[in-house]
Amino acid sequence: MVHPNLSTEKHLLLRKKADWVWTETLRIHARSPETRVASSLSPIEMLVCLYYGGLLAFDPRNPRWEARDRLIISKGHGSICMYPILADLGYFAMSELERVCKLDSFLGGIPDPVIPGYETVNGSLGHGPGVACGMAVALKRKQSRNKVFVMVGDGELDEGAVWEAIMFAGHHRLDNLVMLVDSNAKCMLGHSREIMNVFPLEPKFEAFGWLTMTVDGHDIPAVYAALAECAASGPAQPRVLIANTVKGRGVPSLERDPLCHIRTLGQQEIAELIGGGCGPRV
Amino acid sequence: MAPASSRMRDVFLASVLARMKTDRRLFFLSADFGSPVLDVVARDYPDRFINVGIAEQNLINVATGLALEGFVVVAYAIAPFLSMRCYEQIRVNLGILSQVRPLNVNMVGVGAGLSYDVSGPTHQALEDLSIMRTLPNVEVLSPADGASAGAIAEYCLEHSGPKYVRLDGKPLASLYETGAAVNVEMGFHEWRRGTDVCLVATGYMVHTALKAAQILEAENLSVGVVDMFALSKYKASELSDVLGHYQTVITIEEGFVGKGGLDACLNEALGARGGQRVHALGLPSRYSFRVGDRDEMLRDSGLGEVSIAAKARECLRR
Repeated sequence: MVHPNLSTEKHLLLRKKADWVWTETLRIHARSPETRVASSLSPIEMLVCLYYGGLLAFDPRNPRWEARDRLIISKGHGSICMYPILADLGYFAMSELERVCKLDSFLGGIPDPVIPGYETVNGSLGHGPGVACGMAVALKRKQSRNKVFVMVGDGELDEGAVWEAIMFAGHHRLDNLVMLVDSNAKCMLGHSREIMNVFPLEPKFEAFGWLTMTVDGHDIPAVYAALAECAASGPAQPRVLIANTVKGRGVPSLERDPLCHIRTLGQQEIAELIGGGCGPRV
Repeated sequence: MAPASSRMRDVFLASVLARMKTDRRLFFLSADFGSPVLDVVARDYPDRFINVGIAEQNLINVATGLALEGFVVVAYAIAPFLSMRCYEQIRVNLGILSQVRPLNVNMVGVGAGLSYDVSGPTHQALEDLSIMRTLPNVEVLSPADGASAGAIAEYCLEHSGPKYVRLDGKPLASLYETGAAVNVEMGFHEWRRGTDVCLVATGYMVHTALKAAQILEAENLSVGVVDMFALSKYKASELSDVLGHYQTVITIEEGFVGKGGLDACLNEALGARGGQRVHALGLPSRYSFRVGDRDEMLRDSGLGEVSIAAKARECLRR
């Protein structure tokens, strides 16, 4: 299904941005090998659709703008792709991307809320959903129409605190809360299914009272349409978008490696990837 | 005029209830833990009260989200569960985050020390003061009676930042005439001034320290007593002035001794002074499965007034 608001031009723009973010994420990794590159390549299309597709209210000149939608990146270390997006949108200078993980840069290997555009402490997994629940309740009490988005990884769903939050959101019918699952099906030490099989996700969320949508997380029209539906008014239920993604998307050596989470790419491989026509283009 | 005795939780929550009438920013979260006053909060302010269920991790995370949006939050639960089940949530979302984003979350734990005596070690809070003191940016408050709990409630609602408030599980005799007598920002209260030895206590042990001082006074020993109700943020130089002339200071806490609680707090405060002895009294580093009376269990561990007086005499003989 293609969303009526996603014109061909917009689709092309989002694809172009996603490709650019992919390239910049690899460039950051080339300069800063401490970054987690594989898990930062899987959520790119979701984040690009939110930020460039008109689905998220934000103001780079005023990151704490009261009328913004809140976005929590709970899988913090897997979001280095946020750095080029935030720089491109004007949250900070593009030149900061040169200094990721360097002495006194505010852009670390795991993002912290000292970065304009980040709401909370991220990377210690399992905290985002509960904090997002608190924000969603608060926005309702403040009569705000803004949404709260929270991105988690499928491996992060092993954390018990996530399910406390999922239960809470369902019980309180937080229809202003959208959880984005970057379901790349790999944890740090291999395939999620083999380590702790949390799948299938849909019936679990449905049992807790959530409205569930599943898409190919790299298919921009599908991601856009699902996000637009999540953000639209509808039943009094929290929404979850389960995006089936590929960890290390566009990098063959990462895509086929179950241990790609902890892999660092060499300079030559990155140069060939960026220059050699490889990449996530659909 | 204070009643003869009161429950800290009732006084604390009455302050919160009164404030909820006028302050729309105040939000109350409970982890399925109640009180008669809380029933009124839930009835009168259903839009600003949520029982999150038996889920302390989510309690802290939801509190964080509300606080980031400008609400002043009280997060209420049984002390050991509030301080230990969700310790990493407290560290990440309150300790770390509050350093860069202002938030006012007040963790109110009931069941200080051995106050849930017959419930056994799961329900007793003997580590909470130590582990909460370890966290930067988190204030630790430990009142000794209802009036001081009420004063601490007012302070918490007025002052931003994460705080851990340790309330007793049992009704306690009143010490302070009113909450106005409690200077929370000072962090301590000097109950008696002496010359020979000073007993510095927190929570329920302040009551025992005052009884021990009476025993010693009858023996013509001059004993000071200080109630240390703030264990992380207090006026260190004023405390140092109050304690400076004593050769011997004895700390008394209803928690594991030598683990970073009140004793460590006093060592920090007095560390710069040479020649002053700090003796630490508290519970030994083991869990007790003994079922029974709190005072009996405290006496067993040398924390009755008679043992404390004996310890003071011993220190003075040295």
